[in-house]
Amino acid sequence: MNTFADRFSTTGALAELRKAQKAADEEEFSDAMWGSEAGFGSLAKGVPTFSVPNIPDPTAFLRLHTDDHADPTCKIKISHGTTTLAFRFQGGVIVAVDSRATAGSYVASGTVKKVIEINPYLLGTMAGGAADCQYWETYLGMHCRLHELRNRERISVSAASKYLSNLVYSYKGMGLSMGTMICGWDKTGPAVFYVDSDGTRLKGDLFSVGSGSTFAYGVLDQGYRWDLTDEEAQELGRRSIYAAGHRDAFSGNTCNLYHVKEDGWKFIGNYDISKMHYDGPGNVLGATGGGYGYELRVEGLSSANPPVAAQA
Amino acid sequence: MENLFAITGKGYVIVAADTTSARSIVKMKVDEDKIKVLSPHLLMAYSGEPGDTIQFSEYVERNIRLFQIRNTYPLGPSAAASWIRRSLAESLRSRKPYAVNLLLGGYDTNKHEPHLFWVDYLGTMTEVPFAAHGYGSYFVLSLLDRYHNPEASLEEGLATLKRCIAEVTKRVVVSPGQYKVKVVDKDGAREIEI
Repeated sequence: MNTFADRFSTTGALAELRKAQKAADEEEFSDAMWGSEAGFGSLAKGVPTFSVPNIPDPTAFLRLHTDDHADPTCKIKISHGTTTLAFRFQGGVIVAVDSRATAGSYVASGTVKKVIEINPYLLGTMAGGAADCQYWETYLGMHCRLHELRNRERISVSAASKYLSNLVYSYKGMGLSMGTMICGWDKTGPAVFYVDSDGTRLKGDLFSVGSGSTFAYGVLDQGYRWDLTDEEAQELGRRSIYAAGHRDAFSGNTCNLYHVKEDGWKFIGNYDISKMHYDGPGNVLGATGGGYGYELRVEGLSSANPPVAAQA
Repeated sequence: MENLFAITGKGYVIVAADTTSARSIVKMKVDEDKIKVLSPHLLMAYSGEPGDTIQFSEYVERNIRLFQIRNTYPLGPSAAASWIRRSLAESLRSRKPYAVNLLLGGYDTNKHEPHLFWVDYLGTMTEVPFAAHGYGSYFVLSLLDRYHNPEASLEEGLATLKRCIAEVTKRVVVSPGQYKVKVVDKDGAREIEI
């Protein structure tokens, strides 16, 4: 009944899309489309529009072809497995992510950039639909620049994340899939906001998102303190992503590490997770030397407890 | 949701299980003991389908006891684990299988070694230095990769267990409140208050 009602309604998102498509299909369209129709005029030809499947219910159509949970043979596979984390501490913000993209059980790529550099002071992370995150966070960057030009000051992390959250909320139920952390430094100091496509927006000190997040939390929570030094914090970020890459099949390959300070973000490095397991991250700040692997750490140790007499 | 954890250390195994017994969204009981002492040096923690857990664990308990009465000595940890795994594997191939997950912690009094076995309801068994069942495992396995020490003293082992419980309490939405902790070492099995 809902689909039936949607089809013939003249209000709501679907009706607007239908109107826009109709306008785009027609060669001639009136001047009324240019801004005088309560802002919906911008959906007309001449400005970028989304192509929408020409069917009664595009949302259901998208769901039908992308939901690999219900139907593993679906045509469009959206990458879901990921581990991303960000935390705030005395010395700024640490952002660390893995680099694996999976489509079902297939590792589609091992060199994905899951940190999106919105501008020199803002970083966004990518979990969920890669295209959704990439597109909307770049779009967010555009609007952050416009904010700067209009107001002669940088946008706060809070405002930027709220812009994104409001934007994705307006598309709620239409198939967007993103779980992102907007991180940066503004007048208030270091800031981290979690924003997802449900419309949730949370301010906090420590977040991890993605299928490997639980494993990252396990290491992150136990090692986290506000007064971590820069080196300790970077090491904690690396170790947490390593833990997720090691335990979660849908995360892995490499870890990308960023550090945001008062003068903007800095890329710290890219670390191979297998290398971290066997040899450690290499000669970098905070590294304690040696591999992170459990087997390496406990080599030569034994739980056997023979009585002293038996040893002789 | 049920959680089982176990950690080996220098000459001991610590086994911990939450004490809630839930049906749907209701906690029916908050002081249930889900760790059975099978023999003087063998502990078994169990979780899974209500009904199956009790039936299977009592079946195991009595058969391990029967072996000891018949032979005057108890089965060692590896032998007991093998027998229990086999029982589960045979059950899996029956009309109505037991859906029970287990952690078996024992102390080998001959070789002076602690042993820990992770067993799931499909009959998968593996010997491990630390183990977990339930949603808690998603948090504590990475934690133990980082913090477990095979040569830790009992105090250090219990401190690591407390880290695990704290992490699960902090992060899991429906996390159980209390845990029962038992330890087995050269002196046998006993309960520990944490």
